[in-house]
Amino acid sequence: MSDNLELARQHLLEPTGLVDDDLNKVLDQVMGHAVDNADLYFQLSRNESWVLEDGIVKEGSHNIDQGVGVRAISGEKTGFAYSDEIVMPALLEASRAARAIARDGRQQSLQAWKQHAPPVLYPVDDPLSSIEEKAKIELLRQVDAEARRQDTRVKQVIVSLSGTHDIILVANSDGTLAGDIRPLVRMSVSVLVEHKGKREQGVSGGGARLDYRYFQTDERALDYAREAVRQALVNLDAVDAPAGSMTVVLGPGWPGVLLHEAIGHGLEGDFNRKGTSAFSGRIGEQVATTKCTVVDDATIAQRRGSLTVDDEGTPAQNTVLIENGILTGYMQDKMNARLMNQASTGNGRRESFAHIPMPRMTNTYMLPGEDDPEEIIASVDKGLYAVNFGGGQVDITSGKFVFSASEAYLIEHGKLTRSVKGATLIGNGPDVLTRVSMVGNDLELDSGVGVCGKDGQSVPVGVGQPTLRVDGLTVGGTNV
Amino acid sequence: MSHLAPEQKSGLPDIALLNGMVNEVLLLARQQGATASEASISYGDGLSVSVRMGEVETLEFNRDRGMSVTVYFGQSKGSASTSDWSKAALEESVRAACTIARHTSEDEYAGLADVDLLARDIPDLDLYHPWGIPAEQAIVLARNCELAARDEDTRISNSDGATVSSYQGLSAYGNSNDFIGGYAGSRHSISCAVIAGEGDEMQRDYWYDVSRNSAQLQSAEVIGRMAAQRTVRRLNSRRLGTRTASVLYVPELARGLLGHFSSAIRGSRLYRKSSFLLDKLDQRVFPEHVNIYERPHIPQALASAPFDNEGVQTKDKDIVSDGILRSYILGSYAARKLGMQTTGNAGGLHNMCIEPGQYGFDDLVRNMGTGLVVTELMGQGVNYVTGDYSRGAAGFWIEGGEIQYPVEEITIAGKLGEMFMNMQKPGNDVDARGSIRCGSILVEGMTVAGE
Repeated sequence: MSDNLELARQHLLEPTGLVDDDLNKVLDQVMGHAVDNADLYFQLSRNESWVLEDGIVKEGSHNIDQGVGVRAISGEKTGFAYSDEIVMPALLEASRAARAIARDGRQQSLQAWKQHAPPVLYPVDDPLSSIEEKAKIELLRQVDAEARRQDTRVKQVIVSLSGTHDIILVANSDGTLAGDIRPLVRMSVSVLVEHKGKREQGVSGGGARLDYRYFQTDERALDYAREAVRQALVNLDAVDAPAGSMTVVLGPGWPGVLLHEAIGHGLEGDFNRKGTSAFSGRIGEQVATTKCTVVDDATIAQRRGSLTVDDEGTPAQNTVLIENGILTGYMQDKMNARLMNQASTGNGRRESFAHIPMPRMTNTYMLPGEDDPEEIIASVDKGLYAVNFGGGQVDITSGKFVFSASEAYLIEHGKLTRSVKGATLIGNGPDVLTRVSMVGNDLELDSGVGVCGKDGQSVPVGVGQPTLRVDGLTVGGTNV
Repeated sequence: MSHLAPEQKSGLPDIALLNGMVNEVLLLARQQGATASEASISYGDGLSVSVRMGEVETLEFNRDRGMSVTVYFGQSKGSASTSDWSKAALEESVRAACTIARHTSEDEYAGLADVDLLARDIPDLDLYHPWGIPAEQAIVLARNCELAARDEDTRISNSDGATVSSYQGLSAYGNSNDFIGGYAGSRHSISCAVIAGEGDEMQRDYWYDVSRNSAQLQSAEVIGRMAAQRTVRRLNSRRLGTRTASVLYVPELARGLLGHFSSAIRGSRLYRKSSFLLDKLDQRVFPEHVNIYERPHIPQALASAPFDNEGVQTKDKDIVSDGILRSYILGSYAARKLGMQTTGNAGGLHNMCIEPGQYGFDDLVRNMGTGLVVTELMGQGVNYVTGDYSRGAAGFWIEGGEIQYPVEEITIAGKLGEMFMNMQKPGNDVDARGSIRCGSILVEGMTVAGE
């Protein structure tokens, strides 16, 4: 194999006449210093976006980015440089800059190329040309019309459609030579409703590592429109959210942003190698109730967070982070794995050729339990049921995390009563899953909209979970 | 002081080269049938080093190039961008933009900025001060910064390292109304983050400085010591019971609060009716003691600019006078949608300032008596349509006008419209490290949620 590697060669190396031997030469020059490991990351990324507003498609944009990043690692040191020209002189210049991290000295030998053939998780075809320009515009118009048809209170609809075709090739001095062709499409619908001078908004959308036909299938795009309007109308009737610590039931799917913030980041290898995470040195400890098993799984076909190989060429894996409440593993890239005497878990990711790889999540979710979701709600005398969220954030070191509910309801005597306004929920990562008393049998993954930011780098991710009952989270409403 | 190296000649290309490329792109657009077009070209390079536990962690060399073009066919519009400056790539991008413009709909509000608003003179705002610091010296500086932090207090147990970065860049913008302009700028920073405590009782905090001129940066040692002091004071944080309280935002967070204000009066939110400050022009949005203004031409300031992203001349203006909203923040498109004139804010704010009061931070704490000082906010938690505001927070509990203990894992909530009306006169402890300059701000009557 692999087709992916061959295709990546065709797109990235052949246009400038580079061959595998040239990659050897560049890596050889980097390794002339006391460098433990070096890699080259070639990338060609094309993306486009279309935006509909006021009923017309008024904007479209097209972007091409390409280049090569050169990284040299010596112990815990990383030297990094990049060039937006994929030609030999620029590669050699970048490699000289990157190796400046290490002194002249012993030379590690290059390993012979090893080519893996991991299962390919998504199609290689360019999603940008999957349907005609006219069809893209027609799709946006249909979504707009569907949203406006839902309710006369809909006053504004903004629909965006974007697609990316990302081709990468990575060559590492450890012999890894891998290519990947990554499609990614995304649609977003935002509506504003107005009634008796009161305004509210609703947002919905989704995406996948497929092409635009994904949105035309099963009325998926139209469902986004209906869902955005539904949320906006629910919020129009919302009362002030409660303030204080209470039992919170989290709905399935996107509320899994809880796991991403509370657990996921704290289990990334870099923070744990440095001992700066609230989870540092806690492998084998109980950090959740026995009902909780959490994984980071890059191997789900076509998911937004999935990767055939990561950005270091390591094949995708399904890594168990928490098993029946016990902390079992960290997410690793090559460098942090080596420094901790572990193996990479295929979590080495980077925003682009111009960024340094680090351990990042892919699709992070909790496995289903045995509780009936309706019984979970019925079990709560007084609390909050939160089903939609905006983003979240975590302080890795103290473990404190937040995530912001955008659709929530009061639970009174086991029943959902009023919808309440959005509010931020705050908790303590190492502690929150020890308060999970019920786990639903209704695992869902999110619709494919997640973007994770770390150290200024953004990568697409997925989250998911079944319905969860958490006994005690602080809800940041205004109603004391 | 941090000025270790003589300023070296930078490797930036000549502005004439960028101007020439802009003109070339505009010509290509015209040849492809565009009735109007605008383009920008940018180049930047820099260096970033970080040191952790006394050892170099990363050494990073940056060089970024970009070109973006927008073409108009009548009232239809298309855009494209690329990092590739080759003639073939520029042609391909213009062609892509033109293809898009043939598919987008006519929009009567689309188009270039009005000709008579374009900048005629381009003042030198003293924005370009290349540092030229060699990597070896940047490493020494980062090492000294981190060492100062780790030596400051025995409770400092670990480190996220110190980073020194230096950047210089050049950009040019032009459009088919015969405007062309460009200028160089620089930006340098030193930052440090350290950890105090062990196990379940770890806290992290940081400090940084940023300036266009390296000679104006706080010393590496001062930044390190500040980072350490800010971290250890968070140890033994407690939670709070749920209550209503006054909240004092430190300057770096008060900037965010004013950022919510500026975002709510941005043109795109207004014409979409997605702002709680809709239709508030010439009405009271703050108490009488609040004055907010923009000063785009402050020499060496981080957000100074002679013209905006559409070539429109930037000017001093009042945004809030005696608590009354006097101006929105508009580019040409939103201005036309609203039946108004652009305020020269395509691309953002150019030094928005809130008039400082007479009191420093300690006075504000004393005058507050009882309440919460917030030093960290987490999450998004702002609904601009309704003004609902709810965010994770950490800081200090104040009683008797003095700090009692650090607090964490709490939220603060309110409605932005009411919070602005409940704002006291800002402090004189102005933080100028961003596009919004302000001192500490006290807001009364917020909800604090905790245990």
